[in-house]
Amino acid sequence: MALTVPRLRRLDPLGALLAVAGATAVMFLPFVIFKSNRVVPGDPRGLLEVLPAWAAFACQASLLLAATAALGVSNARVRLGAALLGVTVVALAVAAAGDALTPAGNKVVRVAPGAGVWVLLVCLGLLATDAITRMRPGPGRRVLFLAVFTAAAGLALAHGTFDHLSVMREYAVNADRFAREARQHLWLALGSLAAAVVVALPIGILCHRVPRLRAGVLGTLNVIQTIPSIALFGILMAPLGALAGAVPLAAALGIRGIGAAPAAVALFLYSLLPIAANTVAGLKRVPRAAVEAARGMGMTNWQVLTGVELLLALPVILTGIRIVLVQNIGMVTVAALIGGGGLGTFVFQGIGQTAIDLVLLGAIPIVALAFSAAVVLDALVEVMDRARQ
Amino acid sequence: MISLENLTKQYGATAVVDGVSMVIERNSITVIVGTSGSGKSTLLRMINRLVEPTRGRVLIDGADTTGEPAHLLRRRIGYVIQGYGLFPHRTVAENIATVPRLLGWDEARIRIRVAGLLSVFQLDPGAYAHAFPHQLSGGQQQRVGVARALAAEPAVLLMDEPFGALDPIIRAKAQDDLLDIQRRFGTTILLVTHDMDEAFRLGDRVAVMSHGRLLQYDRPAVLLTRPADPFVSRMTGISDRAMRLLSLTTAGEAALPGASDGPAVAASASLREVLSELMWCGAESAAVMDADGTRRGRLTIAAILARGRPG
Ligand SMILES: Nc1ncnc2c1ncn2[C@@H]1O[C@H](COP(=O)(O)OP(=O)(O)O)[C@@H](O)[C@H]1O
Ligand SMILES: [Mg+2]
Repeated sequence: MALTVPRLRRLDPLGALLAVAGATAVMFLPFVIFKSNRVVPGDPRGLLEVLPAWAAFACQASLLLAATAALGVSNARVRLGAALLGVTVVALAVAAAGDALTPAGNKVVRVAPGAGVWVLLVCLGLLATDAITRMRPGPGRRVLFLAVFTAAAGLALAHGTFDHLSVMREYAVNADRFAREARQHLWLALGSLAAAVVVALPIGILCHRVPRLRAGVLGTLNVIQTIPSIALFGILMAPLGALAGAVPLAAALGIRGIGAAPAAVALFLYSLLPIAANTVAGLKRVPRAAVEAARGMGMTNWQVLTGVELLLALPVILTGIRIVLVQNIGMVTVAALIGGGGLGTFVFQGIGQTAIDLVLLGAIPIVALAFSAAVVLDALVEVMDRARQ
Repeated sequence: MISLENLTKQYGATAVVDGVSMVIERNSITVIVGTSGSGKSTLLRMINRLVEPTRGRVLIDGADTTGEPAHLLRRRIGYVIQGYGLFPHRTVAENIATVPRLLGWDEARIRIRVAGLLSVFQLDPGAYAHAFPHQLSGGQQQRVGVARALAAEPAVLLMDEPFGALDPIIRAKAQDDLLDIQRRFGTTILLVTHDMDEAFRLGDRVAVMSHGRLLQYDRPAVLLTRPADPFVSRMTGISDRAMRLLSLTTAGEAALPGASDGPAVAASASLREVLSELMWCGAESAAVMDADGTRRGRLTIAAILARGRPG
C-alpha cells in the first residue's frame, strides 16, 4: 500500500459521534473501579491516578489518534488500524492499572474496568466493525480477522496479562467450574441444534411437498416460538418430572423435571421453526425447471432431493441454522435458572451475590461465542451462495 | 418408433389428454401444436412417465414403457424443457455429463463425449466447459440444454417449447441447428410448440391438439390443403395458407429442366423465398443452383404459383 498521508476532509458523522462519546468517557467516567474486597462498593479511579504519567500520556495520545481517524480519515484501513491500536492500548492500560493497584500477593482487592473503559471499548469496537464493513472483506477474510483477534485475546489471557483484573480473579477461583459450565453450555446449544436439524429438515421437506400441511405445521412451531423461555421450562417440568417418575430408565438417563433435560427440550423446540421455515423457503427458491429437468433425465427421487433441491436450498437452510445457533447460545443462559448448567450459572449467581465480576465471567464468553458463531456461519452461507450463483 | 395407444390423462373428472392414438416414425421430427392448455405438455410427459396415464399405453419399438422403472426409462429418453432447467450449481460440462454419470460411464468416456457435444453445439470447450449456466447467453443456455439431453445418445428426444424463450433471430438459428442435429444423429424428435410457423418449419409431421384431443396428425402440406377440422384451418391460418404451402417446398424439389437468365437461387431456398426474390427483381424466372454451384434447373413464376394451390 502506498503511504498516503491521511488528510482531514469532511467530518464523518459516525466518527464524530464515537469521538465525542469516547472523549466524554475519558474525561468524566472512571477508568477503573477499585474495591478492597469482592462485594464492597467500589472507588472510582481516573487514568492519571493509576498509571505513570508517560503511560497515561501514551494512552491518551493513541486515543487522540483514533479519534482523529474516526473524525476525518476516510481510508477504511487507516480507521481499522487506529481502532485496533486503541483497543490494544486501552486493554493494556486497564491490565497495567490492575497490576499497579494490586499489592503483591494480595488476593482480596478487586480492580474492575470502569464505565470509561467499557464506553471506550464499545466506541472503538464500533469504529473497527464500521471500518471492516467499509472494506467489504470476503467471507475468508472475515473469518481470518476473527481468528487473528481470537488468537490475540487468547494469547493475552494465557500469558496472564489480565490476571489482576476482577473478572480474571473470579475465573481463577472458579477455573474448574468454568471449564465444566462452558462445555455444558456448548453441549446444550449444539446438541439441541443437531437434534433440531435432524427433525426439522424432514418437516421442512414434507411441508414443501405437501402444501396443505404447511400453514398448520409452521403455525404450530411459530406458537412454540412465542412462549417465553421461562414459561416453556415451566411447562416442560411437569411432563418430564412425571416421565422420570414413571420410567426408571428415563431417570437413569438423567431426565428430570429440572436440570439439563427440560432446557435441552425447550431449546430443541425453539430451534424447530427457523430450520423448518428456512428449509421450506430454500426449497421454494429452487428453480422448478431444474427439478423438472432432473426428474426428466432419470434421477431418482432421492437423487433429485439431495443432489439438486437440498443443495440449491442449502444457503437458506444454513441461514436458519445460523439463527438457531446464535439464539441457542444466548438462550442456554436462561437454562441455569432451572439447574440446566451452562455459563448462565455464573450470571445468575453473580446477580444473586451482586458480584458484577461474576456476571461478566459468564456474560463475556457468551457474547463472544454468539458473535463468533454468527461471523463463521455468515461466511459459510456466503461461500455457499457464491458457489451456486 | 413410438406408438401411443388411446392415451388418456384425467385430473378429477376432466380429461386433459383424451384418447390420443398416434404412431411416431423413427428418425423424424414430429411437432405437436395446440393452444395453451390443450394438453400438449401432458401428452409429452406421459411418454417419459413424468405423468402416469389414466388409460392407454406407450410403446417404444414395440415395448411397453411401463416394463421398467420410470427413472431408468427416462435415462434413455432425452428431455428438453422451456427454461432449460440447467443446474445453476453445476458447470456446463457437469450439466452435460448428468445422464452419462447416472448411467455410470467412465470418466474418460464422459470427457470425450462432453467435449464432442460442446463443439457440435459451437461452444468452445476452453471457454465454456467450466463456466456456470448464469454466465451464458440465452441461446447458449438453450444449446447446453439440448446437448445435455443428447449426452447419452438417446434414440428419442422430447422437447417442450424448447425455443420459447429465445428472440426471433436466435430462435431461427436454433431451429436450423435442430434440423442439423436431427440429420446428424438420426434422433427421433417429438417437439411441442404453440407456434404454427415453428411447427411448419420443423415438422415432418404435425399433430394438432385442442382440448386434449388429437384433431389431425399428418404432413404439414396435408394440414393446409385438407384440414380435418375448422380448428385446424384456424390454427394453420387461412389468409396466408398459400404462402405457407409455398414455404414447405424447396426450389430444388420444384425445379424444372431448362435455363434461365433470371436471378440465381439456392436449391435449399423455399418457393416462398424464390417468389419473393422474383417479385423483388421483376424477373419471370430464376436459375436454381446446387450448393456446389452447378445448375439444377429453373423455376418460373407460373410454376411456383401452381404449387400454392391445393390438389
Ligand atoms: N397436475 C395437474 N393437476 C391438474 N390439472 C393439471 C395438471 N397438469 C396440467 N393440468 C391441466 O391440464 C391442462 C393441460 O395442461 P398442459 O398439458 O400443460 O397444456 P399445454 O402444455 O398444452 O399448455 C391444463 O388445463 C392444465 O391446467
Ligand atoms: Mg405446456
